[in-house]
Amino acid sequence: MQKHLLAGAFGVSLAALMASPSLAADKISDNVVKIGILNDLSGIYSDFTGKGSAVAAQIAIDEIGGKVLGAPIELIAADHQNKPDIAANLAREWFDQGKVDMIADFPTSSTALAVMEIAKQKNRITMLSAGVAMAAITDKCSPLNAQWMVNTYALAAGTAKALLKEGKKSWYFVTADYTFGHSLEKDAAAVVEADGGKVLGTSRHPFPGGDFSSFMLKAQSSGAQVIALANAGSDTINSIKQAAEYGIGRNDKQVIAPLLAYITDVKSLGLAKAQDMYLTEAFYWDFDDRSRAFAEKYFAKMNRMPSASQAAVYSATLSYLKAIDGAGTDEAGAVMAKLRTMTIDDAVIRNGKLRADGALVHDMLLLQVKKPAESKRDWDFYNVKAVLKGDDVFPKPSDACPLNKAG
Amino acid sequence: MTMTLQAFMAQLTIGLIGGCFYAMLSMGLAIIFGLLNIINFTHGAQFMMAAFLAWIGLTQLGPWLGFPSFAINFWVALVIVPLVVAAVGMVIERALLRRLYQLDHLYGLLLTFGVALVMEGGFRYAFGVSGQGYEPPELLQGPFDVGFMLLPKYRIFVVVASLLICFGTWYLFERTKLGAYLRAGTENPKLLQAFGINVPVMITLTYGFGVALAGIAGVLAAPIMQITPLMGGNLLNIVFAVVVIGGLGSILGSMITGLSLGLIEGLTKVFYPEASTVVVFVIMALVLLVRPAGLFGREV
Repeated sequence: MQKHLLAGAFGVSLAALMASPSLAADKISDNVVKIGILNDLSGIYSDFTGKGSAVAAQIAIDEIGGKVLGAPIELIAADHQNKPDIAANLAREWFDQGKVDMIADFPTSSTALAVMEIAKQKNRITMLSAGVAMAAITDKCSPLNAQWMVNTYALAAGTAKALLKEGKKSWYFVTADYTFGHSLEKDAAAVVEADGGKVLGTSRHPFPGGDFSSFMLKAQSSGAQVIALANAGSDTINSIKQAAEYGIGRNDKQVIAPLLAYITDVKSLGLAKAQDMYLTEAFYWDFDDRSRAFAEKYFAKMNRMPSASQAAVYSATLSYLKAIDGAGTDEAGAVMAKLRTMTIDDAVIRNGKLRADGALVHDMLLLQVKKPAESKRDWDFYNVKAVLKGDDVFPKPSDACPLNKAG
Repeated sequence: MTMTLQAFMAQLTIGLIGGCFYAMLSMGLAIIFGLLNIINFTHGAQFMMAAFLAWIGLTQLGPWLGFPSFAINFWVALVIVPLVVAAVGMVIERALLRRLYQLDHLYGLLLTFGVALVMEGGFRYAFGVSGQGYEPPELLQGPFDVGFMLLPKYRIFVVVASLLICFGTWYLFERTKLGAYLRAGTENPKLLQAFGINVPVMITLTYGFGVALAGIAGVLAAPIMQITPLMGGNLLNIVFAVVVIGGLGSILGSMITGLSLGLIEGLTKVFYPEASTVVVFVIMALVLLVRPAGLFGREV
């Protein structure tokens, strides 16, 4: 913290020395561009966001050169403990006293929605690199928000469409019994039924669950070709792990498809149990030379590969800073307008276009988990089966978001 | 909803397996409460610690010591880990819990709750939250055809092992002379001391024994559940409900209640999965209304 303050003070004095009166001061509020990372530093989401997200943001800041329009760039991070009230208080403090211009990450959707509202009042920007709730781009949408990675619909649609294309038409859902699980199930079921598939049944399990064997067994005896997991984190991991124990989903007749799984989940399951599974992610570090170059920079600092959320923080930070540069100011409305005109193309996001409702529509990756023998090193987990075009997997603009009507 | 008899039997079996864990964990809690009057909120953390130690022994210890091929296998862990966890527990008892015996139950509860948070935090800091996997021993890998379903061999082992342990514990406390001393020690420690028995040491060992049960359950759970710092805390809520239903302090009660609640929960998962966690607490509320001391507890 003290280091940040010192750096800030130094930056300000430097800017004052060099600047002609019209520079930085007019264009950049408080003479500093300050980025906040608000996420889970200690709880269940800390592995795929956490400290790594701040590290990813710092990589982007370093690539830009630590300055934009002559003003220094600062970074601050805090733990919202997955609680909307804590997130809201931190955000208020950051906006009112902390000179923060943009806040990113939000692994818990409720925290994202709380801070989006405050940001709108204070004319600042939010970028949801980890928040995947559809509400953020539908009924709770905000002109100053961007969902900078993915939403539940795109994740579910990517996997569902790929499996349907292989002729797997009958589905059974094992769903976490709360809003998130329900909406994931609803989105996937809509895709399944639209493509001529059929949903044979659903088991809704308490959240968080412990033993999933009875749900998986019930799913197995339904005879469905796909057992889709509409849950997340340790629930998904335990479902897959316990299914493997009972030999469920290990043949051509029946497969298990997690609708939301991150590389950190595959890492903790191990390839032996996760092999052959299909899943959709916004980013995979080993996709091409550009993604690898970023990932290696990250690996050097964290000793692990970036998750899609952490990578998305990098992309969001980089794009935000470029938009300030392009707009010639850090005023929120102008920066968002600039972002909407840009085609996002960096190490993480490809063919990205930011929509009026805040959805960043971009290429997604359909991935299949490697067999243990195929993996050459730690984190070498996926075969990229297809690059999914953004328009095919992202949801159409919703009428529930007033911003979609304007344009 | 239609269901074949086969599928029904399969679901009952799964419920029984869950019940075994409840029985083992609630038994440890019942012993500690019944004999020491401590509501041991660290039980879940001790369960988690055992699972972690098993995993550390199998995958981490060798590389740490510089001998990558060195590993403590499942069978050895099943013996050593509960002893280590019990030893840590006894240190906690000697250093901290001992000071609270004269005070209200609430103080012990608060202390053990705090210790549990510290332990969970420590493991979270060291190993993250996504969790670790643990393979069952080679001998017990793969499924076994029991007629109506393919049952993983490892789960059969868990049922047999935990039933043996539960029965052995009950026998030790209710049917042997040692058990009689232990129970006498809680009724009237001064008198028992007058007979030449070292009551403080006995209490420490009893606490250690209860914790060791959590340790055994933790090692047995390692191949079934994802090993995460939160695994014990999630389970402990239900286990406490089991103890309350069975009657605080009743060893036989917690064993029978644990197994039957596993079965009830298993059946709820089939017919109305949304209620499968709640059902335990509904039963707890009903039991508290009708028999506040629990199904097997003695009215005081």
